Amino acid sequence: MATGVFSSKRAKISERTLRTDRWWLQPLITVSVLLSFIVYASFRAFENGNYFAEPLISPFYSPCLSAACAQGSSLLGQPFGIFKILGMTFSPALFILIFPLGFRMTCYYYRKAYYRSFWASPPACAVAEPHAKYTGETRAPLIMQNSHRYFFYIGLIFNVLLTADAILAFRNPEKQWGHMSVGSLVLLANATFLWLYSASCHTCRHTIGGRLRNFSSHPIRYKAWTIVSALNHKHQNFAWISLLGVAFADFYVRQVSSGAFTNFYFF
Amino acid sequence: MARKLKLRIWRGNSTDGGLQNVEVEANEGEVVLDVIHRVQAEQMNDLAVRWNCKAGKCGSCSMEINGKPRLACMTQVASFPDDQEITITPLRAFPVIKDLVTDVSFNYKKAMEIPAFVPPVGMKPGEPRMAQVDVERSQEFRKCIECFLCQDTCHVIRDHEENKKSFAGPRFFIRIAELDMHPLDMLRNRKQKAQEEHGLGMCNITKCCTEVCPEHIRITDNAIIPMKERVVDVKYDPLRWLGSVIRKREGIL
Repeated sequence: MATGVFSSKRAKISERTLRTDRWWLQPLITVSVLLSFIVYASFRAFENGNYFAEPLISPFYSPCLSAACAQGSSLLGQPFGIFKILGMTFSPALFILIFPLGFRMTCYYYRKAYYRSFWASPPACAVAEPHAKYTGETRAPLIMQNSHRYFFYIGLIFNVLLTADAILAFRNPEKQWGHMSVGSLVLLANATFLWLYSASCHTCRHTIGGRLRNFSSHPIRYKAWTIVSALNHKHQNFAWISLLGVAFADFYVRQVSSGAFTNFYFF
Repeated sequence: MARKLKLRIWRGNSTDGGLQNVEVEANEGEVVLDVIHRVQAEQMNDLAVRWNCKAGKCGSCSMEINGKPRLACMTQVASFPDDQEITITPLRAFPVIKDLVTDVSFNYKKAMEIPAFVPPVGMKPGEPRMAQVDVERSQEFRKCIECFLCQDTCHVIRDHEENKKSFAGPRFFIRIAELDMHPLDMLRNRKQKAQEEHGLGMCNITKCCTEVCPEHIRITDNAIIPMKERVVDVKYDPLRWLGSVIRKREGIL
Protein backbone atom coordinates (compact mmCIF):
# COMPACT_ATOMS: atom_id res chain seq x y z
CA MET A 1 0.00 0.00 0.00
CA ALA A 2 1.26 3.43 -0.91
CA THR A 3 2.48 5.48 2.01
CA GLY A 4 4.16 8.81 2.61
CA VAL A 5 3.75 11.41 -0.12
CA PHE A 6 1.96 8.79 -2.20
CA SER A 7 -0.69 8.09 0.46
CA SER A 8 -4.23 7.87 -0.83
CA LYS A 9 -5.56 11.14 0.59
CA ARG A 10 -2.63 13.34 -0.26
CA ALA A 11 -2.22 15.39 -3.46
CA LYS A 12 -1.69 13.02 -6.38
CA ILE A 13 1.83 13.82 -7.52
CA SER A 14 3.96 11.12 -9.07
CA GLU A 15 7.39 12.71 -8.44
CA ARG A 16 9.25 11.93 -5.21
CA THR A 17 10.24 15.58 -5.11
CA LEU A 18 9.58 18.67 -7.16
CA ARG A 19 12.71 20.42 -5.98
CA THR A 20 14.61 22.03 -8.84
CA ASP A 21 17.80 22.91 -7.00
CA ARG A 22 20.82 20.63 -6.69
CA TRP A 23 19.62 18.99 -3.46
CA TRP A 24 21.78 15.94 -4.17
CA LEU A 25 25.03 17.91 -4.04
CA GLN A 26 25.34 18.17 -0.27
CA PRO A 27 24.83 14.44 0.42
CA LEU A 28 27.25 13.67 -2.41
CA ILE A 29 29.96 15.88 -0.91
CA THR A 30 29.33 14.40 2.55
CA VAL A 31 29.62 10.83 1.26
CA SER A 32 32.78 11.67 -0.67
CA VAL A 33 34.56 13.34 2.24
CA LEU A 34 33.48 10.81 4.88
CA LEU A 35 34.33 7.82 2.67
CA SER A 36 37.73 9.33 1.86
CA PHE A 37 38.38 9.76 5.57
CA ILE A 38 37.23 6.21 6.38
CA VAL A 39 39.50 4.75 3.67
CA TYR A 40 42.49 6.81 4.80
CA ALA A 41 41.92 6.14 8.51
CA SER A 42 41.50 2.40 7.87
CA PHE A 43 44.70 2.29 5.84
CA ARG A 44 46.59 4.12 8.57
CA ALA A 45 45.09 2.07 11.37
CA PHE A 46 46.12 -1.19 9.71
CA GLU A 47 49.49 0.13 8.56
CA ASN A 48 50.76 -0.05 12.14
CA GLY A 49 53.87 1.98 11.40
CA ASN A 50 55.17 5.46 10.60
CA TYR A 51 53.26 7.03 13.44
CA PHE A 52 56.08 8.31 15.59
CA ALA A 53 58.98 10.62 14.86
CA GLU A 54 60.38 12.10 18.05
CA PRO A 55 58.81 14.36 19.31
CA LEU A 56 55.75 13.92 17.06
CA ILE A 57 53.14 11.21 17.45
CA SER A 58 50.16 10.67 15.20
CA PRO A 59 46.76 11.32 16.84
CA PHE A 60 45.62 7.96 15.44
CA TYR A 61 48.14 6.19 17.68
CA SER A 62 47.92 8.26 20.85
CA PRO A 63 47.87 7.17 23.64
CA CYS A 64 49.93 4.21 22.51
CA LEU A 65 49.54 1.71 25.36
CA SER A 66 50.59 -1.57 23.77
CA ALA A 67 53.96 -3.26 24.11
CA ALA A 68 53.99 -3.25 20.31
CA CYS A 69 54.22 0.56 20.22
CA ALA A 70 57.29 2.24 18.81
CA GLN A 71 59.98 3.04 21.35
CA GLY A 72 59.42 6.42 23.00
CA SER A 73 55.87 6.80 21.69
CA SER A 74 54.08 5.74 24.86
CA LEU A 75 53.29 8.79 26.94
CA LEU A 76 51.48 6.71 29.57
CA GLY A 77 53.66 3.61 29.47
CA GLN A 78 52.78 0.25 27.92
CA PRO A 79 50.42 -1.54 30.31
CA PHE A 80 48.97 -3.77 27.58
CA GLY A 81 50.83 -6.58 25.90
CA ILE A 82 50.99 -7.37 22.23
CA PHE A 83 47.64 -8.51 20.87
CA LYS A 84 47.86 -10.93 17.96
CA ILE A 85 45.30 -12.50 15.68
CA LEU A 86 46.38 -15.33 13.35
CA GLY A 87 49.98 -14.44 14.08
CA MET A 88 49.53 -10.83 13.00
CA THR A 89 50.16 -8.01 15.46
CA PHE A 90 47.02 -5.99 16.07
CA SER A 91 47.57 -2.31 15.43
CA PRO A 92 47.16 -0.19 18.61
CA ALA A 93 45.27 2.35 16.49
CA LEU A 94 42.40 -0.11 16.11
CA PHE A 95 41.76 0.05 19.88
CA ILE A 96 42.32 3.80 20.11
CA LEU A 97 40.12 4.83 17.19
CA ILE A 98 37.05 3.10 18.63
CA PHE A 99 36.53 6.03 21.01
CA PRO A 100 36.84 9.02 18.66
CA LEU A 101 34.83 7.00 16.15
CA GLY A 102 32.11 6.42 18.75
CA PHE A 103 32.09 10.11 19.64
CA ARG A 104 31.67 11.16 16.03
CA MET A 105 29.21 8.40 15.13
CA THR A 106 26.88 9.46 17.94
CA CYS A 107 27.44 13.20 17.42
CA TYR A 108 24.21 15.07 16.71
CA TYR A 109 25.74 16.80 13.71
CA TYR A 110 27.24 13.70 12.13
CA ARG A 111 23.97 11.88 12.66
CA LYS A 112 22.30 14.45 10.44
CA ALA A 113 25.12 14.14 7.91
CA TYR A 114 25.15 10.38 7.58
CA TYR A 115 21.43 9.76 7.98
CA ARG A 116 20.95 12.06 5.04
CA SER A 117 23.85 11.09 2.84
CA PHE A 118 24.43 7.39 3.55
CA TRP A 119 20.99 6.22 4.60
CA ALA A 120 18.88 8.69 2.57
CA SER A 121 16.60 9.15 5.53
CA PRO A 122 15.79 11.60 4.02
CA PRO A 123 18.36 12.39 1.31
CA ALA A 124 17.33 16.06 1.52
CA CYS A 125 14.45 18.06 2.92
CA ALA A 126 11.16 17.37 1.13
CA VAL A 127 12.75 14.61 -0.93
CA ALA A 128 10.94 11.33 -0.30
CA GLU A 129 13.10 8.67 1.29
CA PRO A 130 13.24 5.18 -0.24
CA HIS A 131 12.52 3.21 2.95
CA ALA A 132 9.18 1.51 3.49
CA LYS A 133 9.39 1.68 7.31
CA TYR A 134 10.94 4.06 9.77
CA THR A 135 11.38 3.78 13.52
CA GLY A 136 14.08 6.40 14.06
CA GLU A 137 16.20 6.07 17.16
CA THR A 138 13.64 4.18 19.20
CA ARG A 139 15.13 0.68 19.01
CA ALA A 140 18.44 -1.16 18.63
CA PRO A 141 20.89 -0.39 17.23
CA LEU A 142 20.07 3.31 16.85
CA ILE A 143 18.87 3.67 20.43
CA MET A 144 22.58 3.46 21.26
CA GLN A 145 22.90 7.01 19.96
CA ASN A 146 21.83 7.95 23.47
CA SER A 147 25.30 6.97 24.67
CA HIS A 148 26.77 10.10 23.10
CA ARG A 149 27.53 11.71 26.45
CA TYR A 150 29.81 8.83 27.50
CA PHE A 151 31.80 9.13 24.29
CA PHE A 152 31.92 12.86 24.93
CA TYR A 153 33.49 12.29 28.37
CA ILE A 154 36.02 9.85 26.90
CA GLY A 155 36.67 12.31 24.10
CA LEU A 156 37.67 14.91 26.68
CA ILE A 157 40.34 12.52 28.00
CA PHE A 158 41.65 12.12 24.47
CA ASN A 159 41.71 15.89 24.07
CA VAL A 160 43.86 16.20 27.20
CA LEU A 161 46.25 13.53 25.91
CA LEU A 162 46.49 15.03 22.44
CA THR A 163 47.09 18.45 23.98
CA ALA A 164 49.91 16.92 25.99
CA ASP A 165 51.28 15.47 22.74
CA ALA A 166 51.13 18.93 21.18
CA ILE A 167 52.98 20.48 24.14
CA LEU A 168 55.62 17.73 24.02
CA ALA A 169 56.07 18.53 20.34
CA PHE A 170 57.65 21.84 21.37
CA ARG A 171 60.87 19.93 21.88
CA ASN A 172 63.56 18.85 19.47
CA PRO A 173 64.33 15.19 18.63
CA GLU A 174 66.80 15.18 21.54
CA LYS A 175 63.87 16.00 23.87
CA GLN A 176 65.13 19.48 24.70
CA TRP A 177 62.45 22.09 25.34
CA GLY A 178 62.12 25.49 23.72
CA HIS A 179 61.86 24.43 20.08
CA MET A 180 59.09 24.87 17.57
CA SER A 181 58.61 23.08 14.29
CA VAL A 182 55.90 22.82 11.69
CA GLY A 183 54.94 19.57 13.41
CA SER A 184 54.48 21.39 16.73
CA LEU A 185 52.01 23.74 15.07
CA VAL A 186 50.21 20.93 13.25
CA LEU A 187 49.64 19.01 16.50
CA LEU A 188 48.69 22.21 18.34
CA ALA A 189 46.14 23.10 15.66
CA ASN A 190 44.77 19.56 15.79
CA ALA A 191 44.32 19.71 19.57
CA THR A 192 42.71 23.16 19.31
CA PHE A 193 40.22 22.00 16.68
CA LEU A 194 39.34 18.95 18.79
CA TRP A 195 38.71 21.13 21.85
CA LEU A 196 36.49 23.42 19.80
CA TYR A 197 34.60 20.42 18.43
CA SER A 198 34.08 19.04 21.94
CA ALA A 199 33.24 22.39 23.53
CA SER A 200 30.62 23.11 20.87
CA CYS A 201 29.01 19.68 21.31
CA HIS A 202 25.30 19.56 22.16
CA THR A 203 25.99 17.26 25.09
CA CYS A 204 28.54 19.74 26.43
CA ARG A 205 25.93 22.47 26.11
CA HIS A 206 23.44 20.35 28.01
CA THR A 207 25.91 19.41 30.73
CA ILE A 208 27.19 22.95 31.23
CA GLY A 209 23.77 24.48 31.74
CA GLY A 210 21.20 23.24 29.27
CA ARG A 211 19.70 20.80 31.74
CA LEU A 212 18.80 23.62 34.13
CA ARG A 213 15.22 24.82 34.39
CA ASN A 214 16.20 28.04 36.01
CA PHE A 215 19.09 30.07 34.60
CA SER A 216 18.58 32.98 36.95
CA SER A 217 19.51 30.85 39.96
CA HIS A 218 22.77 29.70 38.33
CA PRO A 219 24.44 32.81 36.85
CA ILE A 220 27.87 31.22 36.32
CA ARG A 221 26.49 28.15 34.59
CA TYR A 222 24.23 30.42 32.56
CA LYS A 223 27.24 32.44 31.41
CA ALA A 224 29.10 29.25 30.51
CA TRP A 225 26.01 28.01 28.66
CA THR A 226 25.84 31.19 26.57
CA ILE A 227 29.50 30.72 25.57
CA VAL A 228 29.00 27.07 24.66
CA SER A 229 25.78 28.00 22.85
CA ALA A 230 27.71 30.49 20.72
CA LEU A 231 30.23 27.77 19.87
CA ASN A 232 27.37 25.34 19.28
CA HIS A 233 26.21 27.50 16.35
CA LYS A 234 29.45 26.47 14.63
CA HIS A 235 29.42 22.82 15.66
CA GLN A 236 29.07 21.63 12.09
CA ASN A 237 32.10 23.65 11.01
CA PHE A 238 34.17 22.41 13.93
CA ALA A 239 33.10 18.83 13.16
CA TRP A 240 34.54 19.05 9.66
CA ILE A 241 37.59 21.12 10.52
CA SER A 242 38.58 18.79 13.36
CA LEU A 243 38.03 15.71 11.19
CA LEU A 244 40.25 17.06 8.43
CA GLY A 245 42.67 18.38 11.04
CA VAL A 246 43.20 14.99 12.65
CA ALA A 247 43.72 13.36 9.24
CA PHE A 248 46.21 16.05 8.26
CA ALA A 249 48.09 15.75 11.56
CA ASP A 250 48.38 12.01 11.04
CA PHE A 251 49.45 12.50 7.42
CA TYR A 252 52.13 14.99 8.45
CA VAL A 253 53.55 12.71 11.14
CA ARG A 254 53.50 9.79 8.70
CA GLN A 255 55.45 11.73 6.11
CA VAL A 256 58.02 12.85 8.69
CA SER A 257 58.29 9.38 10.18
CA SER A 258 58.73 7.71 6.81
CA GLY A 259 61.35 10.25 5.79
CA ALA A 260 59.28 11.79 3.01
CA PHE A 261 59.27 15.17 4.79
CA THR A 262 61.78 16.81 7.08
CA ASN A 263 60.11 18.40 10.07
CA PHE A 264 61.18 22.03 9.63
CA TYR A 265 62.24 23.73 12.89
CA PHE A 266 61.64 27.47 13.26
CA PHE A 267 63.95 27.53 16.28
CA MET B 1 8.81 45.95 -14.50
CA ALA B 2 6.25 43.25 -15.17
CA ARG B 3 7.39 39.83 -16.30
CA LYS B 4 5.56 36.86 -17.71
CA LEU B 5 5.63 33.97 -15.28
CA LYS B 6 5.09 30.31 -16.13
CA LEU B 7 3.36 28.48 -13.31
CA ARG B 8 2.38 24.87 -12.72
CA ILE B 9 -0.36 24.81 -10.10
CA TRP B 10 -1.65 21.61 -8.59
CA ARG B 11 -5.44 21.40 -8.83
CA GLY B 12 -7.65 18.64 -7.58
CA ASN B 13 -9.01 16.99 -4.46
CA SER B 14 -8.35 13.91 -2.34
CA THR B 15 -9.36 11.53 -5.11
CA ASP B 16 -7.74 13.03 -8.17
CA GLY B 17 -5.74 15.97 -9.44
CA GLY B 18 -2.71 17.16 -11.29
CA LEU B 19 -0.49 20.07 -12.28
CA GLN B 20 -1.99 22.66 -14.59
CA ASN B 21 0.07 25.10 -16.63
CA VAL B 22 -0.75 28.75 -16.53
CA GLU B 23 0.96 31.98 -17.57
CA VAL B 24 0.50 35.12 -15.54
CA GLU B 25 2.02 38.57 -15.23
CA ALA B 26 4.10 39.35 -12.19
CA ASN B 27 5.04 42.85 -11.14
CA GLU B 28 8.21 43.95 -9.47
CA GLY B 29 8.25 43.26 -5.74
CA GLU B 30 5.44 40.72 -5.83
CA VAL B 31 5.38 37.49 -3.91
CA VAL B 32 4.07 34.12 -5.03
CA LEU B 33 0.80 34.66 -3.18
CA ASP B 34 0.22 37.82 -5.28
CA VAL B 35 0.49 35.91 -8.53
CA ILE B 36 -1.70 33.10 -7.19
CA HIS B 37 -4.33 35.73 -6.43
CA ARG B 38 -3.96 37.11 -9.98
CA VAL B 39 -4.43 33.64 -11.40
CA GLN B 40 -7.48 33.21 -9.18
CA ALA B 41 -8.94 36.54 -10.30
CA GLU B 42 -8.23 36.22 -14.01
CA GLN B 43 -7.98 32.58 -14.98
CA MET B 44 -9.00 30.09 -12.29
CA ASN B 45 -11.81 31.66 -10.30
CA ASP B 46 -12.45 28.53 -8.27
CA LEU B 47 -8.80 27.98 -7.27
CA ALA B 48 -8.73 27.20 -3.55
CA VAL B 49 -5.93 28.78 -1.53
CA ARG B 50 -5.74 29.47 2.18
CA TRP B 51 -4.30 32.85 3.18
CA ASN B 52 -4.86 35.64 5.63
CA CYS B 53 -2.28 38.22 6.73
CA LYS B 54 0.11 38.37 3.74
CA ALA B 55 2.80 39.35 6.20
CA GLY B 56 4.33 36.03 7.24
CA LYS B 57 2.66 36.07 10.62
CA CYS B 58 -0.54 34.03 10.35
CA GLY B 59 0.98 30.86 8.88
CA SER B 60 -1.99 30.26 6.57
CA CYS B 61 -0.44 30.28 3.09
CA SER B 62 1.87 27.30 3.64
CA MET B 63 2.44 25.38 0.41
CA GLU B 64 5.25 23.85 -1.56
CA ILE B 65 6.98 26.03 -4.13
CA ASN B 66 9.33 24.21 -6.45
CA GLY B 67 9.18 21.32 -4.03
CA LYS B 68 10.16 23.31 -0.93
CA PRO B 69 7.74 23.95 1.93
CA ARG B 70 7.37 27.72 2.12
CA LEU B 71 5.00 30.57 2.91
CA ALA B 72 3.67 31.90 -0.39
CA CYS B 73 3.45 35.41 1.05
CA MET B 74 7.14 35.43 1.95
CA THR B 75 8.48 34.00 -1.30
CA GLN B 76 9.58 36.71 -3.69
CA VAL B 77 8.90 36.06 -7.36
CA ALA B 78 12.22 37.78 -8.07
CA SER B 79 14.02 34.96 -6.26
CA PHE B 80 13.36 32.72 -9.27
CA PRO B 81 15.24 33.13 -12.57
CA ASP B 82 13.18 34.71 -15.39
CA ASP B 83 13.05 31.52 -17.46
CA GLN B 84 12.24 29.18 -14.58
CA GLU B 85 8.85 27.57 -14.33
CA ILE B 86 7.45 27.72 -10.80
CA THR B 87 5.63 24.66 -9.51
CA ILE B 88 3.11 25.22 -6.73
CA THR B 89 1.54 22.32 -4.84
CA PRO B 90 -0.28 21.85 -1.56
CA LEU B 91 1.62 20.54 1.48
CA ARG B 92 2.46 16.93 0.71
CA ALA B 93 2.40 15.61 4.28
CA PHE B 94 -1.30 16.24 4.86
CA PRO B 95 -4.53 15.14 3.16
CA VAL B 96 -5.56 17.52 0.42
CA ILE B 97 -9.00 19.14 0.58
CA LYS B 98 -9.00 21.14 -2.64
CA ASP B 99 -6.24 22.57 -4.81
CA LEU B 100 -3.71 24.24 -2.51
CA VAL B 101 -5.69 23.71 0.70
CA THR B 102 -4.83 20.79 2.96
CA ASP B 103 -6.40 19.34 6.07
CA VAL B 104 -3.98 20.17 8.89
CA SER B 105 -6.25 18.95 11.70
CA PHE B 106 -3.62 16.32 12.57
CA ASN B 107 -1.70 19.16 14.21
CA TYR B 108 -4.63 20.32 16.31
CA LYS B 109 -5.16 16.79 17.60
CA LYS B 110 -1.51 16.57 18.55
CA ALA B 111 -1.69 19.96 20.27
CA MET B 112 -4.51 18.71 22.48
CA GLU B 113 -2.43 15.71 23.58
CA ILE B 114 0.19 17.93 25.24
CA PRO B 115 -0.62 18.75 28.86
CA ALA B 116 -0.88 22.47 29.54
CA PHE B 117 1.33 24.48 31.90
CA VAL B 118 0.89 23.42 35.52
CA PRO B 119 1.58 26.28 37.98
CA PRO B 120 2.85 25.70 41.53
CA VAL B 121 0.14 24.77 44.00
CA GLY B 122 -1.40 27.82 45.61
CA MET B 123 0.08 30.29 43.16
CA LYS B 124 -2.54 32.84 42.20
CA PRO B 125 -2.86 34.64 38.86
CA GLY B 126 -0.59 37.67 38.81
CA GLU B 127 1.84 36.23 41.34
CA PRO B 128 4.39 34.46 39.11
CA ARG B 129 7.63 36.35 38.51
CA MET B 130 10.35 35.25 36.12
CA ALA B 131 13.82 36.60 35.44
CA GLN B 132 14.49 37.85 31.92
CA VAL B 133 17.08 35.12 31.20
CA ASP B 134 14.48 32.46 31.91
CA VAL B 135 11.87 34.21 29.78
CA GLU B 136 14.22 34.59 26.83
CA ARG B 137 14.88 30.91 26.54
CA SER B 138 11.29 29.95 25.83
CA GLN B 139 10.53 33.21 24.03
CA GLU B 140 12.17 31.82 20.92
CA PHE B 141 9.64 28.99 20.83
CA ARG B 142 6.74 31.42 21.28
CA LYS B 143 7.59 32.94 17.90
CA CYS B 144 6.00 29.91 16.25
CA ILE B 145 3.20 30.99 13.87
CA GLU B 146 1.90 27.44 13.42
CA CYS B 147 2.38 27.40 9.68
CA PHE B 148 3.20 23.68 10.06
CA LEU B 149 5.95 23.84 7.45
CA CYS B 150 8.17 21.97 9.94
CA GLN B 151 5.52 19.29 10.27
CA ASP B 152 5.20 19.09 6.50
CA THR B 153 8.89 18.65 5.84
CA CYS B 154 9.52 16.18 8.68
CA HIS B 155 10.16 12.89 6.93
CA VAL B 156 8.95 10.89 9.94
CA ILE B 157 5.37 11.65 8.97
CA ARG B 158 5.80 13.01 5.46
CA ASP B 159 7.23 9.72 4.24
CA HIS B 160 5.47 7.41 6.71
CA GLU B 161 1.76 8.02 7.19
CA GLU B 162 1.63 5.22 9.78
CA ASN B 163 3.88 7.22 12.13
CA LYS B 164 1.28 9.93 12.60
CA LYS B 165 -0.28 7.94 15.43
CA SER B 166 2.86 7.96 17.54
CA PHE B 167 4.73 11.10 16.48
CA ALA B 168 3.82 14.64 17.47
CA GLY B 169 6.30 16.42 15.21
CA PRO B 170 8.75 19.30 15.59
CA ARG B 171 6.15 21.98 16.21
CA PHE B 172 5.03 20.17 19.34
CA PHE B 173 8.52 19.27 20.48
CA ILE B 174 9.20 23.00 20.80
CA ARG B 175 6.00 23.29 22.83
CA ILE B 176 7.10 20.46 25.11
CA ALA B 177 10.60 21.95 25.39
CA GLU B 178 9.17 25.35 26.24
CA LEU B 179 7.17 23.86 29.09
CA ASP B 180 9.91 21.53 30.31
CA MET B 181 12.35 24.46 30.49
CA HIS B 182 9.82 26.67 32.28
CA PRO B 183 11.01 27.32 35.85
CA LEU B 184 7.49 27.34 37.24
CA ASP B 185 5.99 24.36 35.42
CA MET B 186 5.25 21.65 37.95
CA LEU B 187 4.56 18.74 35.61
CA ARG B 188 7.74 16.73 36.01
CA ASN B 189 7.25 13.88 33.56
CA ARG B 190 7.24 15.81 30.29
CA LYS B 191 10.54 14.23 29.28
CA GLN B 192 9.21 10.71 29.66
CA LYS B 193 6.00 11.62 27.85
CA ALA B 194 7.97 13.24 25.04
CA GLN B 195 9.80 9.98 24.48
CA GLU B 196 7.07 7.46 25.17
CA GLU B 197 3.92 9.20 23.95
CA HIS B 198 5.00 11.91 21.54
CA GLY B 199 7.69 9.99 19.66
CA LEU B 200 10.76 12.13 20.35
CA GLY B 201 12.96 9.09 19.71
CA MET B 202 11.65 8.88 16.16
CA CYS B 203 13.39 12.13 15.28
CA ASN B 204 16.76 11.52 13.67
CA ILE B 205 17.68 15.22 13.82
CA THR B 206 18.16 15.81 10.12
CA LYS B 207 17.22 19.44 10.78
CA CYS B 208 14.76 19.92 7.93
CA CYS B 209 12.32 21.52 10.38
CA THR B 210 14.91 24.17 11.22
CA GLU B 211 15.68 24.75 7.54
CA VAL B 212 12.08 25.56 6.60
CA CYS B 213 11.02 27.55 9.68
CA PRO B 214 10.01 31.05 8.50
CA GLU B 215 10.54 32.40 12.01
CA HIS B 216 14.09 30.99 12.08
CA ILE B 217 13.45 29.11 15.30
CA ARG B 218 16.37 26.76 15.87
CA ILE B 219 13.99 23.89 16.43
CA THR B 220 16.54 21.10 16.39
CA ASP B 221 19.40 22.73 18.27
CA ASN B 222 17.36 24.55 20.89
CA ALA B 223 14.38 22.28 21.44
CA ILE B 224 14.68 18.76 20.06
CA ILE B 225 18.30 18.02 20.95
CA PRO B 226 18.00 19.56 24.45
CA MET B 227 14.88 17.43 24.97
CA LYS B 228 16.71 14.34 23.74
CA GLU B 229 19.48 15.08 26.24
CA ARG B 230 16.92 15.53 29.01
CA VAL B 231 15.39 12.20 28.07
CA VAL B 232 18.83 10.59 28.28
CA ASP B 233 19.13 12.09 31.79
CA VAL B 234 16.04 10.27 33.01
CA LYS B 235 15.92 7.15 30.85
CA TYR B 236 19.28 6.10 29.45
CA ASP B 237 22.03 7.47 31.68
CA PRO B 238 22.65 5.11 34.63
CA LEU B 239 24.92 7.60 36.40
CA ARG B 240 22.33 10.37 36.24
CA TRP B 241 19.71 7.90 37.38
CA LEU B 242 21.85 6.90 40.33
CA GLY B 243 22.47 10.55 41.15
CA SER B 244 18.76 11.26 41.07
CA VAL B 245 18.11 8.39 43.48
CA ILE B 246 20.86 9.35 45.92
CA ARG B 247 20.23 13.07 45.89
CA LYS B 248 16.46 12.75 45.47
CA ARG B 249 16.60 14.98 42.43
CA GLU B 250 14.36 14.84 39.43
CA GLY B 251 14.66 11.34 38.08
CA ILE B 252 12.57 8.62 36.52
CA LEU B 253 9.02 9.25 37.55
